[in-house]
Amino acid sequence: MLGIGKRDTTILLVVAFMALAAPIILNPFPANSAMAQFNAGYPDLMQRFVIFGIFAIGFNILFGLTGYLSFGHAAFLGAGSYAAVWMFKLLSFNVIPAVLLSIVVAALFSVLIGFISLRRSGIYFSILTLAFAQMSYNLAYSVLTPLTNGETGLQVYTSDPQYLRGEGDPIVTHLFGLEMRAKETLELGPWAFDFSVGYYFCAILMLISFYISIRIFRSPFGLMLRAVKSNNHRLSYTGLNSRPYALTAFIISGAYAGLAGGLLAAMDPLAGAERMQWTASGEVVLMTILGGAGTLIGPVLGAGFIKYCENIFSKINENVLHSWFAALPDGLETGLVWVASKFVGEGWHLTLGLMFMLVVIFLPGGLVEGGQRIGRALRRRRGQDEPGRSAAKEPAE
Amino acid sequence: MGILEVKGVNKNFGGLKALQDVNLSVQEGTVHAIIGPNGAGKSTLLNVLVGKLRPDTGSVMFDGKSVLGRKPHEINQMGISRVFQTPEIFTDLSVLENVLIPCFARRDGAFRMHAFESVAHEGTINEEAEQILADVNMADKRNLHAGSLSRGDKRRLEMAMCLVQQPKLLLLDEPTAGMARADTNNTIDLLKEIKETRPITMAIIEHDMHVVFSLAERITVLAQGTPLVEDTPENIKGHPKVREAYLGEAQV
Repeated sequence: MLGIGKRDTTILLVVAFMALAAPIILNPFPANSAMAQFNAGYPDLMQRFVIFGIFAIGFNILFGLTGYLSFGHAAFLGAGSYAAVWMFKLLSFNVIPAVLLSIVVAALFSVLIGFISLRRSGIYFSILTLAFAQMSYNLAYSVLTPLTNGETGLQVYTSDPQYLRGEGDPIVTHLFGLEMRAKETLELGPWAFDFSVGYYFCAILMLISFYISIRIFRSPFGLMLRAVKSNNHRLSYTGLNSRPYALTAFIISGAYAGLAGGLLAAMDPLAGAERMQWTASGEVVLMTILGGAGTLIGPVLGAGFIKYCENIFSKINENVLHSWFAALPDGLETGLVWVASKFVGEGWHLTLGLMFMLVVIFLPGGLVEGGQRIGRALRRRRGQDEPGRSAAKEPAE
Repeated sequence: MGILEVKGVNKNFGGLKALQDVNLSVQEGTVHAIIGPNGAGKSTLLNVLVGKLRPDTGSVMFDGKSVLGRKPHEINQMGISRVFQTPEIFTDLSVLENVLIPCFARRDGAFRMHAFESVAHEGTINEEAEQILADVNMADKRNLHAGSLSRGDKRRLEMAMCLVQQPKLLLLDEPTAGMARADTNNTIDLLKEIKETRPITMAIIEHDMHVVFSLAERITVLAQGTPLVEDTPENIKGHPKVREAYLGEAQV
């Protein structure tokens, strides 16, 4: 189906189902119950899942396939956001031109940075991309203020021209009149499910991005990218020029980052320089590695996992901890809360760091490898392990 | 006029004269061995041929065109494939994928943006790849990770990757270096088979006299960066200059 193999079609269908049913799947707890704080099925968070999913899928095309570790992809995310907000300011609140321009701007920007950075490989490439991104970040704060509105961040004012705005158009971001923030709430007994326009818009773009990434993975072009990672030396002695291959992968992943940035602005028409900061670049690296670099579904999983944990862990504060440990004796409770509080709220990055370390040490292939190991263990228990299958380690899916 | 013509090539590394006025002519369809003791300049010469090093003076013509100043991938696209001393393969990819890559390189050139085609749908290319694997007796290993192969199999795979490009000239850099006698003999058999079944020109840089005399039709002896003699194996065997250069090094 769709020009992809059976197994890939299955993966695509599973991801499509998860994405489309997310408002239900992610809200397993009744709205008023104590567990409701672990629900993730509200539009704002789900949008983050899929937008950062797009960012990570694109990053994986560069890092997962070619092995070039960019530490500056947030620059393209930021550029995409600025481009989208400019479209809102100049044309109208329609998201289509905004998203299109954000892809184009980020792609052009990545041609420039990629062309220079790809003259080096390994750690030098990483440092170059990091330097470019930090440079963009600082420029956005200083000399580029007319374009970026400096510290305030770029936003839409009522005095902006919006040349294409029609009479009755909404004054929030919309898709041909369909407001992004519009949502339908379905109440089933104690459960409440939110279906938001913005989320479905992002989810469909994520599915298209995911499909394109499958096609790239299975194409001769994708094979060459994996060859770049495996043995660049052999590649050049096989008559292939690795530079344009790596550059194209860089541009594609830059365009993905731009799309993600454009969507962030489309959900909330604001763009600030902090989107370009190195922490944002580092986050997408974590997502990709945590999920499983070089695998199809890994980056999506990693993005969802990190964004979910960020949301849940940073919501928990000392009061919540006190209520959890209330049953314990006083001294013990205070001690436990003191220890646990370092890992939640503001300190959730500590938890992220620990999880990242555990994954890298015990599951170098990320969450996907964890899933594969569980799958293999189950199969072995059922005694269906075909001989030779484990020896013939299959290429990453 | 040979397919490969090296004329007056000099290469210095600082004060070291690695190559001095090297002239070499490899005739189409022959197996030409370049031998010499350690430090004779064999590897330097090879690196000049594949574009890794640029000689200080002299010319290298392949198939009527100069190879000087071209990048390794461009020289490969001209028709020169190279087998390395330690097999260079794509260890993270499957055996089949390893041979698919040179197939694509031959058909599509140094770069092509074929991101929306599917490798699985490339019928002819897949057939070609399967065929070459069958030719080197590796068809049953097609789905293995190339990195997990034995050293001998890695060598066969690398050979297959070069052959599937149908090069006009195959360069072999000490193809049996560090191999056990049995593996060496296997490699010799494989090369003999290639020579018999394909119209291919080979240039072998080799240390092992056994390999050289089993395969070569012409031999050039290098010593201290200069070609001493070039002749048939029979004449080389008894040549006094060669004995001198190799004194005590090998049972010529």
